Amino acid sequence: MTKRLMTMTAACALLAGAAAAEEVRVYNWSDYIDEALLEKFEQETGIELIYDVFDSNEVLETKMLAGGSGYDVVVPTGTFLQRQIMAGAFQKLDKSKLPNIDNMWDVIEKRTATYDPGNEYSINYMWGTTGIGANIGKVQEVLGEDAPVNSLALIMDPANMEKLQECGVHFLDAPTEMIPAALAYAGMDPDAKDDESLAKAEEILMAVRPYVQKFHSSEYINALANGDICVAFGWSGDILQARDRAAEAENGVEIVYNAPSEGALMWFDQMAIPVDAPNPDAAHTFLNFIMDAQNMAAASNYVYYANGNKASQEFLEEDVIGDTAIYPDEAALENLYTVTPFGPKEQRTLTRLWTKIKSGI
Amino acid sequence: MRRLILISVPYLWLLALFLIPFLIVLKISLSDVAMAIPPYVPTLDFAEGWAGIKAFFAELDFENFTFLTTDDLYWKAYLSSLQIAALSTFLTLLVGYPIAYGMAMAPDHWRPTLMMLVILPFWTSFLIRVYSWMGILSNEGVLNQFLTWIGLIDQPLTILNTNVAVYIGIIYTYLPFMILPIYATLEKLDGSLLEAAEDLGCSRLSAFWLVTIPLSKQGIIAGCFLVFIPAIGEFVIPSLLGGSGTLMIGKVLWEEFFNNRDWPVASAVAVVLLLILIIPIILFQRNEQKQREKEG
Repeated sequence: MTKRLMTMTAACALLAGAAAAEEVRVYNWSDYIDEALLEKFEQETGIELIYDVFDSNEVLETKMLAGGSGYDVVVPTGTFLQRQIMAGAFQKLDKSKLPNIDNMWDVIEKRTATYDPGNEYSINYMWGTTGIGANIGKVQEVLGEDAPVNSLALIMDPANMEKLQECGVHFLDAPTEMIPAALAYAGMDPDAKDDESLAKAEEILMAVRPYVQKFHSSEYINALANGDICVAFGWSGDILQARDRAAEAENGVEIVYNAPSEGALMWFDQMAIPVDAPNPDAAHTFLNFIMDAQNMAAASNYVYYANGNKASQEFLEEDVIGDTAIYPDEAALENLYTVTPFGPKEQRTLTRLWTKIKSGI
Repeated sequence: MRRLILISVPYLWLLALFLIPFLIVLKISLSDVAMAIPPYVPTLDFAEGWAGIKAFFAELDFENFTFLTTDDLYWKAYLSSLQIAALSTFLTLLVGYPIAYGMAMAPDHWRPTLMMLVILPFWTSFLIRVYSWMGILSNEGVLNQFLTWIGLIDQPLTILNTNVAVYIGIIYTYLPFMILPIYATLEKLDGSLLEAAEDLGCSRLSAFWLVTIPLSKQGIIAGCFLVFIPAIGEFVIPSLLGGSGTLMIGKVLWEEFFNNRDWPVASAVAVVLLLILIIPIILFQRNEQKQREKEG
């Protein structure tokens, strides 16, 4: 195995030597990779890597639909990927160029096939849940020792939120995450898109919105770690990163992450190659590099997200593979739900609803 | 012939950089949304010749503009942008005028340094400067820590993510655009006029109101327009410093474009914004022209 890897690396290096100044452009989520991996890729393959970041699926989707984004590899979330495949934004993967695809985990592949049938267009990079990050000290100070930090009641019950507003609460600025959460809190189908369900979600969110300090999808990592806010509803790995940053800073802030007991959204970030990628060959090389068991493990060990790579699991550190907030056990997996994309008309209703929730208009 | 070429250069510039982009936006605003690349139909297809062009125009309509009137979100956002822009222009004037006045009154050998200090912030990226305000204004930020330290407050003030932070951001960012034109007019002010006013029994304060302010009117007007016009469409400052309650048309435009993927409605919002801005822009042009005529 190692020998094969080495020959392959050597072959890549040779190829790279032949086509000097070859480059690959990758567009990924912010705070989502160990930067040492990027250097390793350049050294192993000789391909120059240009790495840009975004913090919302909407921004990525707009670039994809505008066409000519200039990127070779992008990382949309499953629901967005599905819609973009329909719009013709991606090319099918050439699996003969991806020998490491054998490393992938069938449990995750089965789930991602809902968005990308047969996994023809994409590979799983990371997956995770959306849940509650809490500065446990401050939250208990405000709500008492038995604060429901593992329940959506913490952020969806106006009585709790009214008290929490003084120490600061951030929500994701992503209706496709927040509406399902409100529906889960109400005990309804989180994937419902009918007017009645959306109205119920609106009612719940409108009641707590006055107490939300900000709707934003990436600022909460720093804000939680610095102690600027005490609760954030956000993505699992981001909150775990905040936990680690706070621990490193030794500022007395202790962050905990909980997937809500009422059910947590499970999402999948998929790497795909745009249909007009300038260098699809290098894009395949990059995907294959990422799917290497040790590289994928290094990425997960750094960002605290689970990945869809079975072979990488033996290289994962204990505080990643052993943490049920990252790799849920069987019982916790039962409690996770997935959602499907919104159609164009439903999307307009959703965005309008979201604007109303954010600004009150 | 040479003259013609000379004149045509600025016109070509305007055509390429203003008129053509505007026509493209206008065209998209008359199209319909679609799940495709690009996400709207119809697109102009010259391959089909004249029939294709005719079919293209037949499909355009004003549906998106009528849509803007069906939801009060849009006019509320326009109105709120106008209000934020107007108030921050006024506040920028209040802060900027004394600075410009101080600069103009300073000894000659100081002025280049003072001028330099006003321009200096431009050497740093605008984005970084707005970000650093987040560090200053946040609950655990520099300002709150300082105020707690001197004992003025015992609970941190919530400034970041409110409209107050947006005003601070706009005033800070656009201050040089207010100072420079006012300074330019004050610098040219003839000091003997003030002496004459005082000789004729004016107090220093009333001389300031009756002589200095009217003579610097051109600078004030120019400065106000330079702040007001870009502030209306401002997107970066409200999205970084503003909170969930900050409603500005720049943010609405962003949402139409990115969240709804509705380029046609986003374009319609942009066209209406331009129409709203045309009035102050024309007034500004008139003012400039009048001034030039007076000087000429």
